[in-house]
Amino acid sequence: MKTPLSHMLLVLLAAFIGSFGGVFLKSGAGVVRDGLVYLFISREPPFFNWRLAAGVALFLLSSYFFVLGIRPPGELSVLYPMVSLGYIFTLLWSRIFFKEPLTRVKFLGLFLIVMGVVFVGLGSK
Amino acid sequence: MNAAVTDSTQISGKPARRQPVGLVFCCTILGAAAQILMKTGANHMTNPGLLGMATNLPLMCGYCLYGLSTLLLVLALKDGELSLLYPVIALTYVWVTVLSFLIFHDELNPWKLLGIVLIISGVAVLGKGGKR
Repeated sequence: MKTPLSHMLLVLLAAFIGSFGGVFLKSGAGVVRDGLVYLFISREPPFFNWRLAAGVALFLLSSYFFVLGIRPPGELSVLYPMVSLGYIFTLLWSRIFFKEPLTRVKFLGLFLIVMGVVFVGLGSK
Repeated sequence: MNAAVTDSTQISGKPARRQPVGLVFCCTILGAAAQILMKTGANHMTNPGLLGMATNLPLMCGYCLYGLSTLLLVLALKDGELSLLYPVIALTYVWVTVLSFLIFHDELNPWKLLGIVLIISGVAVLGKGGKR
């Protein structure tokens, strides 16, 4: 394994930031009611949907760290599984911030997806 | 059999809402197309500066598709659960793997195929669970 620890930490950071991007998009999505033209602005308070803007900004920041992390000598076979940790973080935040129920179906689906991402990573040597 | 009881109350209480998973499905196709365009743009990058990026048509189209895919994600999140929809984004890996094989002739091996099958079954499980 020649992927440096620093690259792993960068990808982990990207996954962590990305999971919060999802949280902000979700909380901002609830405020969108005037259609797509008024995605970020609204005719009634809150006039500026800062949550959506924050979500997009966090996604951009996350992709920046992701690209830094997967640069050589980072190996996708090691780094892809770390991306899928972001999905597990998201499950946690959904429970904490939005009180979404954590069902067996969600755990099973998530488990299959995480394993799938691990195997796609393993095949990407 | 608690789950069956809550499921039936949700069927009668809420209108059919299967679109969120479908929207994220479209979002992953756009996201994969964006990544392929960005890779194409990066391969043809002559000038890595800001101007070189701004005049790189495939790269810019890739960014636009990313924007569009985020838009679809927002629409999906408006009606759907974050814990259910966020993992579905992993479908992007499936499309990117298949498209890289078709376009860039990247290697497609048994590991990747197994991964693809697992991701698709995981999304299928979540999709079924999201059906109300």
